[in-house]
Amino acid sequence: MSRVLVGVKRVIDYAVKIRVKPDKTGVVTEGVKHSMNPFDEIAIEEAVRMKEKKLADEVIAVSCGPAQAQETLRTALAMGADRAIHVEVSGAEYETLQPLHVSKILAKLAQEEKANIVFIEHGQGELTITREVDGGLEVVKVKTPAVLSADLRLNEPRYATLPNIMKAKKKPIKKVTPKDLQVDTTARIEVVSVEDPPVRQAGSILPDVDALVGKLKEAGHV
Amino acid sequence: MFANCLKSARHNKFGSLARFESTLVIAEHNNETLTPITQAVLSAAKKIGGDITVLVAGTKCGPAAAALCKANGISKVLVAESDAFKGFTPESMTPLILATHKQFNFSHIMAGGSAFGKALIPRVAAKLDVSPVSDVINIKSSDTFVRPIYAGNALQTVKVKDSIKVVTVRGTSFEALPLEGGNAPTEPAPAGEYKSNLIEFIKQELSKSDRPELTSASVVVSGGRGLKSGDNFKLIYSLADKLKAAVGASRAAVDAGYVPNDMQVGQTGKIVAPDLYIAVGISGAIQHLAGMKDSKTIVAINKDPEAPIFQVADYGLVADLFKAVPELTDKL
Repeated sequence: MSRVLVGVKRVIDYAVKIRVKPDKTGVVTEGVKHSMNPFDEIAIEEAVRMKEKKLADEVIAVSCGPAQAQETLRTALAMGADRAIHVEVSGAEYETLQPLHVSKILAKLAQEEKANIVFIEHGQGELTITREVDGGLEVVKVKTPAVLSADLRLNEPRYATLPNIMKAKKKPIKKVTPKDLQVDTTARIEVVSVEDPPVRQAGSILPDVDALVGKLKEAGHV
Repeated sequence: MFANCLKSARHNKFGSLARFESTLVIAEHNNETLTPITQAVLSAAKKIGGDITVLVAGTKCGPAAAALCKANGISKVLVAESDAFKGFTPESMTPLILATHKQFNFSHIMAGGSAFGKALIPRVAAKLDVSPVSDVINIKSSDTFVRPIYAGNALQTVKVKDSIKVVTVRGTSFEALPLEGGNAPTEPAPAGEYKSNLIEFIKQELSKSDRPELTSASVVVSGGRGLKSGDNFKLIYSLADKLKAAVGASRAAVDAGYVPNDMQVGQTGKIVAPDLYIAVGISGAIQHLAGMKDSKTIVAINKDPEAPIFQVADYGLVADLFKAVPELTDKL
């Protein structure tokens, strides 16, 4: 039985222009459109494709977060995940939940669920992966169980169709807490402040190429 | 004035006596040359104060180690040359870093926020059971760092409570430390069996180019969807050659197949901050701005006067790029 565990996160929609709270404690999330992290959509898509190619038997989606994380899990289920696990973390605990905590939670779940891959699995116990690196691409072979993270160019995620969205409502979501998994979520960092980045000075629209050449010369660029 | 001096003297004394900061910088190189981002990491390490040790691992460490020994303010360069580090896989580098840390007990472990550092540093942090801090753009004190969040649309200041601070540094936010004026000794890094059987490096396919490297170039010319084809990118190359510039691209241009992925500038590509950034046929989506808005001067050439790129551009030209770019190339 080869299983794939996919971590998905509910985040502010990528197209939203975020606003910093006036008290500098974070960004405004209330009333703001949220969606599944675009990278996680790609990971789910890849896991579902593995299942369609019969390279994986089961796809389990996991999300750590408040009650609304279940919406994100439903989206994953509608895309083709078989079942989901909601690790409930909310309030102050969620505010300071860090990748270190999430990785410990995923590690525990991967062991409990006997996942061969946290995200993708290949039957032979070996995967050949092309990685995106700074100068180009790199090919590595890894042994499973393995943990993979998806780049934007891995695939194009499918849209969940209405029948699949309806079906997803019947798929199981198991609820656990970090405590159930014996993961300590004590804050390792303290957020001192969240502020707006410096605003750029308004620029000018130039009438023609000559004006642009003039400005570039003036500034010593050419 | 005097009170201020006294205060800062006391602060320095407290800093050095109470904490004994010592930083390990993981050098990035390709067995031939040192990657420039390492020099930015060294500047960041200097801001923390205290002792700086640099670790060079690879199948051939000579050139990078020799260059690093000349950097001013480094106490030593540790060298680990072995076939185990073929491909600089995090699975082989991590146990080496842990062994080095065990011997010297660093307060900080740092690397550049490149693909190499991003793959390696979180793994090291997990093994040490500490929370890493990614893509640091400013260092306020030895435990307080500033990093961008939400594609650079907010700056978060965090105080790290863990005893070991494990961080990646945004290369464009720190001046490159010159590789001169120093004379640090090299020493062998702790020996061990570092070869991992979990991963095997097969090959690399790097894009070849005579142009300057994108992340460290002083001028960058980028093209977007407006170029309409890969062939039309030659307009960008001609302009770039005139300016001795590196060439970048928006995600739209990469996804459309006009240019390879490693040319992408943005949140999911490279972060650049050149003296001059010329955006041609790029609308200026949040994700693209995240990769270039710290450029000193931004020029936008776009036929859509409403394009968001004009909100960050110092100089905008509302024009058809197919006319304006050749004209600009000619007149430079």
